[in-house]
Amino acid sequence: MNIFVCVSHVPDTTTKVQVGGSGKEIDPSGVTYILNPYDEYAVEAGLQLKEARGGDVTLVCVGPEAVKETIRKGLAMGADKGIHVVTDAPRDSFGTARAITDALKDRAADAVFVGRQSIDYDGWQMCGLLGEMLGIPSISVVTKLDIAEDGTISAERDIEGGSETVTTKLPAVISAQKGLNDPRYPKLQGIMAAKRKPIEDVAPAPYENRVEVIEMTKPAIKEAGRIVGEGPAAVKDLVRLLHEEAKVI
Amino acid sequence: MTILVLAEQRDGKVKKASYEAIKAASAVATQLNATVTAVLFGADEAAAKSLGGYGAAKTVFVADERLHFYANSAYVKSVAQIMEKEAADVVMLPATSLGKDLAPRLAVRIDGALAPDVTSIAVEDGAIVAQRPVYAGKSVIKVKINSAKQVFSLRPNVFSAGEASGTEAVVENFAPALDDADFVTKATGTTIASGKIDVAEANVIVSGGRGLQGPEHWPLIQGLADTLGAATGASRAVVDAGWRPHAEQVGQTGKTVSPNLYVACGISGAIQHLAGMSSSKCIVAINKDKDAPIFQVADYGIVGDVFEVVPALTEELKSFFGK
Ligand SMILES: Cc1cc2nc3c(=O)[nH]c(=O)nc-3n(C[C@H](O)[C@H](O)[C@H](O)COP(=O)(O)OP(=O)(O)OC[C@H]3O[C@@H](n4cnc5c(N)ncnc54)[C@H](O)[C@@H]3O)c2cc1C
Ligand SMILES: Cc1cc2nc3c(=O)[nH]c(=O)nc-3n(C[C@H](O)[C@H](O)[C@H](O)COP(=O)(O)OP(=O)(O)OC[C@H]3O[C@@H](n4cnc5c(N)ncnc54)[C@H](O)[C@@H]3O)c2cc1C
Repeated sequence: MNIFVCVSHVPDTTTKVQVGGSGKEIDPSGVTYILNPYDEYAVEAGLQLKEARGGDVTLVCVGPEAVKETIRKGLAMGADKGIHVVTDAPRDSFGTARAITDALKDRAADAVFVGRQSIDYDGWQMCGLLGEMLGIPSISVVTKLDIAEDGTISAERDIEGGSETVTTKLPAVISAQKGLNDPRYPKLQGIMAAKRKPIEDVAPAPYENRVEVIEMTKPAIKEAGRIVGEGPAAVKDLVRLLHEEAKVI
Repeated sequence: MTILVLAEQRDGKVKKASYEAIKAASAVATQLNATVTAVLFGADEAAAKSLGGYGAAKTVFVADERLHFYANSAYVKSVAQIMEKEAADVVMLPATSLGKDLAPRLAVRIDGALAPDVTSIAVEDGAIVAQRPVYAGKSVIKVKINSAKQVFSLRPNVFSAGEASGTEAVVENFAPALDDADFVTKATGTTIASGKIDVAEANVIVSGGRGLQGPEHWPLIQGLADTLGAATGASRAVVDAGWRPHAEQVGQTGKTVSPNLYVACGISGAIQHLAGMSSSKCIVAINKDKDAPIFQVADYGIVGDVFEVVPALTEELKSFFGK
């Protein structure tokens, strides 16, 4: 089976984010980057599918040279090889999906895994974009996945208040949600092996962004509210304020 | 010009987020001299008419039984056909679990682009501009879509639906042209925990964190939630500890919520938790540590022990509500 897992190179959530000089994106200096946490579930799902059905797991990442370290993290978990679509230019999600689609062309993908969301731009859109561009089914926010011998897929996805069972057929794009599996930790041996695994560089076709970032700003800082009081004695005042001032009850 | 709004219903009831999207779309439409046409899959004619109360001049009503359950490809094809019929270039829809799944596929199908999960939308120099938080709420981007066909998904609970006016929408039935291949991917059933409000849809949320010390103390949270008619939420620390289900987790790797009232009990207010709830309209924090970061975003705080403050608050609210 030709299994592909898209991985995203994102700032660690505890990193301080500063708006850069362009006023349209973050200043990357001093930012620590990690493998997008949801992509660990995606890589694990790819590895489990390979273990069950045989084949290869190939990681795909679009971004500048620095994303190679993120591809290596996925290789250390056990993926076989990587494709790095090398680009520095600002790219919208559509353009990122287009670059991945181009890279997968002629590679006869059987299954493509992505994360629920990339924790930088939180778009939750790559799964659907890729499904549509590749012309194959997609199921997003998957917490349970069963792929039968004949390629029939039965998945559960999170919806408001519960879950939805969705069926489809391979080839398909699946976005991984927490709960799908327990991602394995890379072992030292895996980390060593990852250094020798091949990463193929690919140049993306020229692309003009469809979504334009007009500006990036720091959110308006909310003024810290007031401490109504200490201990149970304060609840009377709190209820009064919620009613009279905040008008929420 | 027409702005299409995809309304969503479950069990015949139109979701509030759909009214919000229609209302937000009509504010944009007014500035662009456009009209709003709603699209409703399922439910009934009365529901289709009711969308007029929020600003839809017309509702395209799709009764096709095959669309009773969600099938992303069939929905996308249907919406694309309706856009063509209505000569609509812009589509807005709520960023619910359905909307988030549908919107990107639709954007590609119509050769447009998507601005996902936006929290504000306006018109500047004749173009629709939208804002949304990124990097876990550490910054905000303002975007515009440069392609002719545009899709915007709107974060639920952020836009106000207001009260319905008495106006009814004109209802037009539409039967999309679909074949079996459009149903290769389809939902075959749902499992919904009955009687529970999902945090993502709740107007009021009471959340508990590690300060509760163990799952056996959750009746305290539940009691306060019941009194307020609230959903219960949780921090990741307690979800990871197995005290609460993941469905209740609020935050960057859980759910994003924007209720009218969010009560955080024994939650420290880590940046990843704030990412999921800081757009709540009113935040109350109860924490024994006066320096807990949650107090930085809270409108009202009580410094104290949850085991004393929460029961007292529940009692006070009970007498307030006359229960
Ligand atoms: C070179 C480059 C420059 C960029 N510059 C800008 C910019 O200036 N301004 C701006 O707003 N955004 C920029 N972006 C971000 C980009 O617009 C997308 O937002 C991002 O790649 C995908 O984010 P998303 O939130 O849509 O993804 P989601 O839909 O939330 O991601 C879901 C999943 O898609 C996969 N995925 C996401 N991104 C990638 C990737 N890059 N490679 C492989 N798989 C991926 C992962 O599996 C991820 O879990 C840039 C991206 C790249 C690659
Ligand atoms: C990649 C990543 C993603 C994450 N995503 C999320 C997410 O989506 N959601 C999320 O919530 N977290 C998330 N986290 C975890 C987050 O960093 C915090 O660890 C977590 O939110 C802490 O939960 P807590 O506030 O319940 O616990 P703690 O931080 O331990 O806080 C407990 C609080 O309770 C107070 N307290 C203790 N006893 C009492 C008492 N008797 N009465 C009153 N107060 C008391 C303490 O003063 C303290 O402030 C994420 C972390 C990472 C690295």
